[in-house]
Amino acid sequence: MEAYLSLFLRAVFVENLALSFFLGMCTFLAISKKIETALGLGIAVLLVQVITVPVNNLIFQYLLKDGALAWAGLPDVDLSFLGLISYIGVIAAIVQILEMIIDRYFPKLYNALGVFLPLITVNCAILGGSLFMVERDYNFAESVVYGVGSGFGWALAITALAGIREKLKYSDVPDGLQGLGITFITVGLMSMAFMLFSGIQL
Amino acid sequence: MNRALRKFLDTLHPFFAKGGALEKYYVLYEALDTFLYSPADVTPAAPHIRDALDLKRVMAFVWLAVLPCMLMACWNTGYQANLAIEQLALEGQTGWRGWLLDYVSWLGVYNAANPLGCFIHGMMFFLPIYIVTLMAGGLWEVLFAAVRNHEVNEGFFVTSILFSLILPATTPLWQVALGISFGVVIAKEVFGGTGKNFLNPALAGRAFLYFAYPASQSGDAVWTAVDGFSGATPLAVAAQDGLQAVHASGIQWWHAFVGIMPGSLGETSALACVLGGVFLIFTGIASFRIILGCVVGLILTSVLFNYLGSDTNPMFAMPWYWHLVLGGFAFGAIFMATDPVSSSMTDTGRWIFGGLIGFLTVVVRVINPAYPEGVMLAILITNVFAPLIDHFVIRANIKRRERRSAVNA
Repeated sequence: MEAYLSLFLRAVFVENLALSFFLGMCTFLAISKKIETALGLGIAVLLVQVITVPVNNLIFQYLLKDGALAWAGLPDVDLSFLGLISYIGVIAAIVQILEMIIDRYFPKLYNALGVFLPLITVNCAILGGSLFMVERDYNFAESVVYGVGSGFGWALAITALAGIREKLKYSDVPDGLQGLGITFITVGLMSMAFMLFSGIQL
Repeated sequence: MNRALRKFLDTLHPFFAKGGALEKYYVLYEALDTFLYSPADVTPAAPHIRDALDLKRVMAFVWLAVLPCMLMACWNTGYQANLAIEQLALEGQTGWRGWLLDYVSWLGVYNAANPLGCFIHGMMFFLPIYIVTLMAGGLWEVLFAAVRNHEVNEGFFVTSILFSLILPATTPLWQVALGISFGVVIAKEVFGGTGKNFLNPALAGRAFLYFAYPASQSGDAVWTAVDGFSGATPLAVAAQDGLQAVHASGIQWWHAFVGIMPGSLGETSALACVLGGVFLIFTGIASFRIILGCVVGLILTSVLFNYLGSDTNPMFAMPWYWHLVLGGFAFGAIFMATDPVSSSMTDTGRWIFGGLIGFLTVVVRVINPAYPEGVMLAILITNVFAPLIDHFVIRANIKRRERRSAVNA
């Protein structure tokens, strides 16, 4: 149990996808102007992550990994070269379904997210989560925890950034730094604060 | 005297005013004038608010409140250094500090039992750090003020004194300059100056130094201002071998409370911080909600860890009254967390904000072996979440009022 808690905390804070690997930056910077929208996108990424990482884990463990097809009588087959395309296919399918659900039940959020919702498909944070899972060879339970943790960490980071950016509306940023420049500095300072948890052990 | 000074400033005014020969340096004149006298400006249209406590006075009060910590910093630094010198049987300090101290050696600067001597000895370490902080940070402050046409703010006085007090006494002076530059420029001025930043500039500068130069900001060799002396802070000792080891090294609870132990310059004395804190709360500058929130969060979390217990990690067993006095918690909770700019603005938010700091501090101290002390980063990360806390507090309030008006209607 402690191992899972430790994995979760690591995924949320220490190995935060946005703030320590700088993954998913395009949406992270573009959709963080308002807290409500950022929160919606964060939840969308969290949902996608929670579904795709375990699903990809199953695909990896039982279809693609070297020797994974032993159950089908093919112990020598290594399909891991199909990894990227399978993972992205799964992600694309999940995002499509999620998009339809949001469109149907949360039209306001759907409009606010705009083009960035389909773009979650190619969000590097999502694919990065799946690839980290493969690289670290998580088992199914670990992949569920990692999916929840990494998605939650990304959602937390983007919501916090949106909070700060709403506050920064009252700041007086020099002309050359306005917009993206100051946002990059903000994100850098945030990731320094997130170092709080690096090295945590349970 | 008073009148002559005012007259002098008034005669200078035309030179700095629009069209004067020294127009470019108006910020400097304005800074001095409003530091000494309340500005005569009045708002041209309603609403008018009269309050004697303007930003400048607020900052000056904070500076006054830090005074006990400053005095303790000087004395304790000298005292710890003298103990180390005795223990290593050294002649005295080396370098220019030793050279200067030799001139006043008749004051007993190397005698640990002589409070005045210790004080002067410690000043040799505190003053250079403070002066470099003022000069390097002040340079940036004036530069930005002059180029961007805003006033030089007393906020910097507070930042500079807080920054100097949270450094180890042995910090090289160039690092001091670098740290305060990062704090002032990156954490404050690029956002537009005092009141517009989202992180505490002093802490951001300190954290920058901590990650950039860990060898001179952490470890066992930096806390006592004597070359070649290695002594861990009580908190590091406790993390390593438990509270018994702290007792064994001769530090009892009241030592830690008064601040007679190795540590960063001004953070060791909980007593001095409390004195400053009472003054700040009494004058209404610091939010008592944040300070109490920190304390409550710390107590609850440490009691929880006591209850959980652990066989391998002695920090689990540390009682809350030790957590309160060790490390920089008192200093952080009273002077850093209450920074009105980077903390939460709503009353409920302040409780949550403080509680989160207390909680995270204990979490880092107990289960993060990478850092023995967690106050600095706990406050920084809570700064990051402060606007979010406010947002949800306000949302909840709006929702509550909506429900109430719906019931009445």
